[in-house]
Amino acid sequence: MQQAVYIAGRGAISAIGKNRKENLEALKKGETGIGSIRYLSTVHAGLFPAGEVKADNEELSKIAGWTGTNSRSSLLGFIAAREALQEAGLMEGNKVRHTVSGKRLKIGLISSTTVAGMDLTENFFPAFLENRKAGKLRMVRQHEGGATTERIAQALGIRDYVNTISTACSSSANAILLGARLLKAGELDVVIAGGTDALSKFTLNGFNTLMILDQQLCQPFDQNRRGLNLGEGAGFLVLVGEKAAELLGGNYRVRVAGYANANDAHHQTASSPDGTGSFLAMKGALEMAGIAPDQVGYINLHGTGTQNNDSSESIAIERVFGNRYPAMSTTKGYTGHTLAACGGLEAIYSCFSLEQQLLFPCLRIQHPVIETPGVVVTELRTVSGLQHVLSNSFGFGGNCSSLLFSLRYSCI
Amino acid sequence: MYINGASAISPLPVFDAMASGISFIPGEGNRLTATEPAYNNLIDPKLIRRMSRVIRMGVATAMDALRQADVSNPDAIITGTAYGCLEDTGIFLKRLVENGEEMLTPTAFIQSTHNTVGAQVALLLKCHAYNNTYVQRAQSFERSLQDARLWLTEHPGSSVLVGAADELTDYSYGLLERFGLYRHQAGGEGAAYYLVTDTASEKSWARVDRVYTLFDPGPQELQELATTLEQEASGQIDVLLSGEEEMDYNADQYAKVSSILGGGLSVIRYKKYCGVYPTATAFATWLAAWWLKAGKVEVEGWQLLSPRRILVYQADPSGYHSFILLSAC
Repeated sequence: MQQAVYIAGRGAISAIGKNRKENLEALKKGETGIGSIRYLSTVHAGLFPAGEVKADNEELSKIAGWTGTNSRSSLLGFIAAREALQEAGLMEGNKVRHTVSGKRLKIGLISSTTVAGMDLTENFFPAFLENRKAGKLRMVRQHEGGATTERIAQALGIRDYVNTISTACSSSANAILLGARLLKAGELDVVIAGGTDALSKFTLNGFNTLMILDQQLCQPFDQNRRGLNLGEGAGFLVLVGEKAAELLGGNYRVRVAGYANANDAHHQTASSPDGTGSFLAMKGALEMAGIAPDQVGYINLHGTGTQNNDSSESIAIERVFGNRYPAMSTTKGYTGHTLAACGGLEAIYSCFSLEQQLLFPCLRIQHPVIETPGVVVTELRTVSGLQHVLSNSFGFGGNCSSLLFSLRYSCI
Repeated sequence: MYINGASAISPLPVFDAMASGISFIPGEGNRLTATEPAYNNLIDPKLIRRMSRVIRMGVATAMDALRQADVSNPDAIITGTAYGCLEDTGIFLKRLVENGEEMLTPTAFIQSTHNTVGAQVALLLKCHAYNNTYVQRAQSFERSLQDARLWLTEHPGSSVLVGAADELTDYSYGLLERFGLYRHQAGGEGAAYYLVTDTASEKSWARVDRVYTLFDPGPQELQELATTLEQEASGQIDVLLSGEEEMDYNADQYAKVSSILGGGLSVIRYKKYCGVYPTATAFATWLAAWWLKAGKVEVEGWQLLSPRRILVYQADPSGYHSFILLSAC
């Protein structure tokens, strides 16, 4: 039960790049991927900026090597999961390699999604509303969250264990959390864990009814923030236990040292004023890792840019860290809020910070929510001795998760 | 893992089974609707009015399971749902289309999120514990049970609220009918929640011994798993609660599993009572636990005394197979 969990591979696709490397470059340059909506067909295209992946479904199909009608969520998820498996040396042609050094590995896929195939369903629906016999059924085949994951699993050739989590914006953090638990319990040898969400009219309009969308480029963790910009993408990690790490021979530098999920139990969509859920999640992750608050060097915030989240999250941070704040920033200003994908993407960005000893700045900050100088990172910052990074993901239904990533070897 | 409280809402009226028993009458027609109880004793009527069917069925069974087990604040809340909150999803989608993305209201969107049932339970209980929702089609309930078992090994002595909920709506019925899902067996829906712990108590209904899943298995793979189960149960499986439907596409696989489980086995098909839906195994598990607790299996004039082990087996047309083995305690 006590084995360590390492990160053996990472795959990212978002508004700031179609792979890991492009994402890293944009973060280093401070380039946002948010802009006018070009790919989603919506009447709000001119009104709300969004972080779209810069490719239409045809281009994504080409990248994936897929044919037929597929949800954009499935396509994005597959592209990111495949990249993560490639980095881990677990792809053989188009399929996952199950045998390493003559040993059969038990491999699981834990994806997460909130949109799933809604991008197709919402275009099927007008005809269906007119006539219940109308509309092409292939447009709704991937409607269910599980069906999106099933499509990805089928393409990768994964059958040992397939699962999907849907807990709103903390979904992929919970996928990583479950993956780590299954590895520690010895139920699986390798887990591909993360999440995927395409932009859809359903979510764009839904967030619009909540009146939390910013009509300008969002300014998360700024005192003058106006709301969030939605984004889309997918982020997946390949997690391995000690046995698989040894077989794969990788000298993995980052491990999942702690995690916790807690419920705010305050409101279906709003966070509590005292940040109880976020506080418990952060505290739980630190306790599991056996880390004192002052050992955390950086927090990748949930930081969506809504009044409510950023205020609740900063209060929760104060409750955990007192006035000894670690450095912190949110990357939502680059990608937009990618919902079920954000925990996966931000886990990868946290790995970048640990490996490169780099803190990526919040974009467009004028008056940071936490005013103590230097706490909210506003310019690319090179650091040394960064050992532990906390990544927060909070969602509807009070669902709060924190993950703690640690460098395996101390770097002095 | 022991079931210390179990509650279900289903087309078959079972919610008040403790007071009124169960009359096993197969559902009529091609769409079975859950028989909902009077919720007023369980949930604030003001809240019920705002809840869609899947939410109130889920919340009510969750509260009832907790009450039975005398637990006020579980250490984890885990929910499975294949379809999520379809009614609210449909409402928001319809307005979105009809109003051309203008003049929409937030309520349906807010409640359409897949984790609404588990979240509402947490909210009502003011429960800050671990809360997760699985949406893996016809293994959504099984993945939830597996997480409950894992949680109990990680946190000995704790109590976990675990269940599943799915609803059938006009839209989903119309669509799934076109996919041919209800050609030979009626569509259904329902919710069931359980309070589980790692030790038995005087409240325990039954023990959950095994939860196995397979995806699209070949004949060999299915045979191996059924044989393993037969051995693990020391040949003592009395009843197979079978998900087999009329003219089932997977009839051969059901036949294979029941033949491996042996001669003395009684096979009872549960979908005629609850209808076809991906998390129907949560209803079947409730039925198995009910019979094991009662010490007799009694259905439509047929009776078996002192059942020791009951296996719930479902082979879904999408390829999802699951096996839940329960025993008397």
